[in-house]
Amino acid sequence: MTSRHEVAEAVADAHRREWGFVLAATARVAGSLDVAEECVQDAYGAALDAWLRDGVPRSPGAWLTTTARRRALDVLRREQTLRRKLPLLVEPVHTEPLPGDDGDDGIPDDRLRLVFTCCHPALSREAQVGLTLRLVCGLTTDEIARAFLVPEATMAARVTRAKKKIAAARIPYRVPAEADLPERLDAVLTVVHLVFTTGHVAPTGADLVRPDLVARAVDLGRVLRSLMPDEGEVTGLLALMLLTDARRDARSGPDGAVVLLEDQDRSRWDEDEVAEGFALVRAAARAAPGRFLVQAAIAAEHARATTYSDTDWRRILRLYDVLLGLWPSPVVALNRSVAVLMVDGPQAALDEVEVLAGDGRLDGYRYLAATRADLLRRLGRQPESAAAYREAIALTSNAAERRFLEGRLAEVTPR
Amino acid sequence: MSEYLILIFEDEKAYAEGGEQVFGEVMEAHNRFSEQVEEVGGKIVGGKALQPVSTATTIRHDVVTDGPFAETKEALGGYYLVEARDLDHALQIAKLCPARFGGVEVRPVMEFPDE
Repeated sequence: MTSRHEVAEAVADAHRREWGFVLAATARVAGSLDVAEECVQDAYGAALDAWLRDGVPRSPGAWLTTTARRRALDVLRREQTLRRKLPLLVEPVHTEPLPGDDGDDGIPDDRLRLVFTCCHPALSREAQVGLTLRLVCGLTTDEIARAFLVPEATMAARVTRAKKKIAAARIPYRVPAEADLPERLDAVLTVVHLVFTTGHVAPTGADLVRPDLVARAVDLGRVLRSLMPDEGEVTGLLALMLLTDARRDARSGPDGAVVLLEDQDRSRWDEDEVAEGFALVRAAARAAPGRFLVQAAIAAEHARATTYSDTDWRRILRLYDVLLGLWPSPVVALNRSVAVLMVDGPQAALDEVEVLAGDGRLDGYRYLAATRADLLRRLGRQPESAAAYREAIALTSNAAERRFLEGRLAEVTPR
Repeated sequence: MSEYLILIFEDEKAYAEGGEQVFGEVMEAHNRFSEQVEEVGGKIVGGKALQPVSTATTIRHDVVTDGPFAETKEALGGYYLVEARDLDHALQIAKLCPARFGGVEVRPVMEFPDE
């Protein structure tokens, strides 16, 4: 006999692990994401009683999918008159039979279709992120709203509008054709990376990190990698997230203050995540270099070094040059200036940062001001450094980052 | 197949300044577009070019005024009604649509259950 507590745990676990899988498989039968969502929710609700009665099934995901798909078919039968107009998402021919109660095979993994639909370029980036977290990760609208610091009503409206557009404009439920794949995949990876970075440095609030979002992003990265093991960028993104997240515990001091890479206690980096990140970077060594893979290679180079000064900065600078060629972004150029600092000194780095500051694209970017401030401080130009730190502080909403910058400002301000 | 409206928004000044040669090139591009749509498996159901915005008349609450509904640098200058399999297909078609002095907007046509 399984206890109510164990069953509740099993349902919660299946919610976290299998939601996207169950929803994706159900959407194909349901013909609309809304109907699919409702049926999947019902199935999770039904699981609690059924599993208490019959025990937790061997494959909870398959049980939930079968239940949700049956419900979807019921809904479709009831709405038979509308059926003619609905079923864009429905496969024209049902080749696979619905699996039986005991079966855990035969359900195709449709999560890729779901991810590509959620991240369709006809949807705004905000909507892509909201939909992905709602439909693929199973987060509630309220959870997503809190993560992105918008009112729940705003997030609900965003997700609803996006789902309506998918239905009305007939955004197809499929993995894009080979020719469109690189561009479309880039949108998917950008969404996952955005979820990760939002968790890694919370845009506002008291804490530096939002571990829940980081975990969701890493989960998504794992799912994508399991479904597209040969895509170098998919592997690169997962490696980048793991190698970055590995520094989590070392990134803030006991009082929550920011600790820079330079000052981090590297023994506190997560060994498992570093090892997995290394293995992934190695596995993708023959893939064409893309922006995530090269960033992962840079992160791996940091993880390889025993100390900050032992780091192979020349190699990191070369990797940044490759990255800048692939992705000519001023943010990349700014990050590259750190490698320039270590190879050619603060004056060379400041020269490059001033050029960046002059072109205006990074106006209002807090890390531009913070980087300038740091380089000026290293060059002993205190008053200019203090002014730049003040500018950076005015642009920063994260409390931990603000405290760090205020500490630096105090150092360069004469008493 | 579903219907999508492709709305062409362009800067009219460019045509006024470009003269006959530009006009001829654009006409040719539109002829080529008709052929290309068939090649990619879509169908043009209808389409027209419009007279310039200076000929537009707007009516709001029965009040008739001279000019377009909304003043924009790039104005609606023509449209195509096309048949496509889904949005991806419609976008593939719309990317082929000539609009060298602006761009296009793609809108799904509303379908009613009793149609």
